Amino acid sequence: MRTRSVLDRQTIVVIGFLAGAAMLVPIFNGLVAQDSALHVPDHLVPLLGKYLCFALLALSVDLIWGFCGILSLGHGAFFALGGYAMGMYLMRQVGSRGVYAHPVLPDFMVFLNWQELPWFWYGSDIFPIAVLMVVLAPGILALAFGWFAFRSRVTGVYLSIITQAMTFALMLAFFRNDMGFGGNNGLTDFKDILGFPLQAGSTRLVLFVVSAIALGLGYLLCRWLVESKFGKVLVAIRDAENRTRFLGYRVERYKLTVFIISAMLAGLAGALYVPQVGIINPGEFAPENSIEIVIWVAVGGRGTLAGAILGALVVNAGKTWFTGALPEFWLFALGGLFVFVTLLMPRGILGTGQELWDRMRQRSQLHQAAPATSQAAE
Amino acid sequence: MTAPITPALLYLDNITVTFDGFRALNALSLAVDHAEMRAIIGPNGAGKTTMMDVITGKTRPNQGTALFEGSHDLTALDEAAIAELGIGRKFQTPTVFEMHSVEDNLLLASRSRRGPFSTLFARQTPRERERMDMLLDRVRLTAHRRRKAGELSHGQKQWLEIGMLLAQEPKLLLIDEPAAGMTDQETADTVDLLRDIATTKAVIVVEHDMTFVRDLGVKVTCLHEGSVLAEGPLDAVSANERVVEVYLGR
Repeated sequence: MRTRSVLDRQTIVVIGFLAGAAMLVPIFNGLVAQDSALHVPDHLVPLLGKYLCFALLALSVDLIWGFCGILSLGHGAFFALGGYAMGMYLMRQVGSRGVYAHPVLPDFMVFLNWQELPWFWYGSDIFPIAVLMVVLAPGILALAFGWFAFRSRVTGVYLSIITQAMTFALMLAFFRNDMGFGGNNGLTDFKDILGFPLQAGSTRLVLFVVSAIALGLGYLLCRWLVESKFGKVLVAIRDAENRTRFLGYRVERYKLTVFIISAMLAGLAGALYVPQVGIINPGEFAPENSIEIVIWVAVGGRGTLAGAILGALVVNAGKTWFTGALPEFWLFALGGLFVFVTLLMPRGILGTGQELWDRMRQRSQLHQAAPATSQAAE
Repeated sequence: MTAPITPALLYLDNITVTFDGFRALNALSLAVDHAEMRAIIGPNGAGKTTMMDVITGKTRPNQGTALFEGSHDLTALDEAAIAELGIGRKFQTPTVFEMHSVEDNLLLASRSRRGPFSTLFARQTPRERERMDMLLDRVRLTAHRRRKAGELSHGQKQWLEIGMLLAQEPKLLLIDEPAAGMTDQETADTVDLLRDIATTKAVIVVEHDMTFVRDLGVKVTCLHEGSVLAEGPLDAVSANERVVEVYLGR
């Protein structure tokens, strides 16, 4: 029962933090005077929103890696697919305001001399369909990939390598112009979302708040999953896969289910990311992006959910500062951080913090118990 | 050729398993009845573990028949399906879920629907909780129910694993070296527990410890080089010249 109350406290902290951010950032941006130290400048709002998207992405990786032992080094692919699904919608919203002023075709298609919209762009101008694609596209890829990988009992480092190959293959495919997604340049020059201009401060604030809400709901979903009996089976698979199988659980079905849920969360993160950064291109599929996600989770604390959020925020804030101050050293710092965490803090910031806290509590309990026994002796 | 219908609960006939030319099982035949306890002995490499692997679906035999309840073909089913039929297995080294509490270990093992969607919405019923209490009591872990399984002693883990087996409500239990690493008292208690279980379920015990096998007092099958060397009461088996030869070296 004790662990349960600790977890609940964690949920309160996470939700409280996100609710606070969703309320305070708009206040400090809009209502606090510009020269005040508390003022959140306009350019910071989408940056913070981007961090929240990365946090949701990290959460999706923690769900499969931390709780089911599936180390995906290709989760950036699901993020990018979600991003592309949203990018297609935003592209269609441009309409005749594009450089070539074509009423239907996005600029890059006009430039490539395409006469009509490819079939997979149909319906992308309808927001509900776009939202559906945001979760369906990554979900279907995860289903196809996971079906073969998990049924063939590919595990461990081999699975990691083929996830990496998957995202690399997608990157190469999306680089090609005839793939139909803008090739090298990807999708960009967005104008508005649901009729609201993307450059406007208010739209950016709303996107920030929506990101915070999505992260909060994503966290609650993951928390619910890992605390159900389903989640206990996941941990059982992580720790003793064969044993779980001999208990009668079809391990591959569990892995597939959680992999799809995770891919959908990653897709959602990508969809929220794209309107805030204003571009999606094949670079998002790059293998190193996917590895970075794993580092966020490892730094924050694998298998804790809140740790993934914390790790994503801390590492990305560090990255923003570093790439501004010492751009050449960022990759060294990131690599060094990963080595440091793996060697000295294998449980990440949150896990190590929890350990210290437990030890302190134990010590204080001992201190409390000691006088009681000495009194009893008298 | 149709499979012979047999009254035996477990029926293995002419099972052969080869790994890269090495015959781990060589035309092995064995039948175990309902509510029978059988001890399997044999030197290292006799094929005891491979036999368990065949019964639980981990290894597919190259040839032979393996029937459960006279009609289920074990060679055509996967591990999960065989577990659901009612065959539970305890491994040689205790493999419990170390990060889960003792109670959750039993809960995961307990007989219930195994699909992802069933477990997602599963709720513990009062009847299940009652059963948990009973099981915890039976394997003497009531006081440890909330502890992580990883914190238990070796003997306790062995018992927890037996408890997990029972929670599955199998018809046949395969138990690999239950007494390994146990104190004398724990070993004696384990004998009692297994004899108690065998009053209602079939149990196959693989064991090296001869005193333990003697205490069980059941029919013994001695394996050697993948086939049955001798079968019968322990005294008869241990008096068998070939058995003595195999055990004492050629």
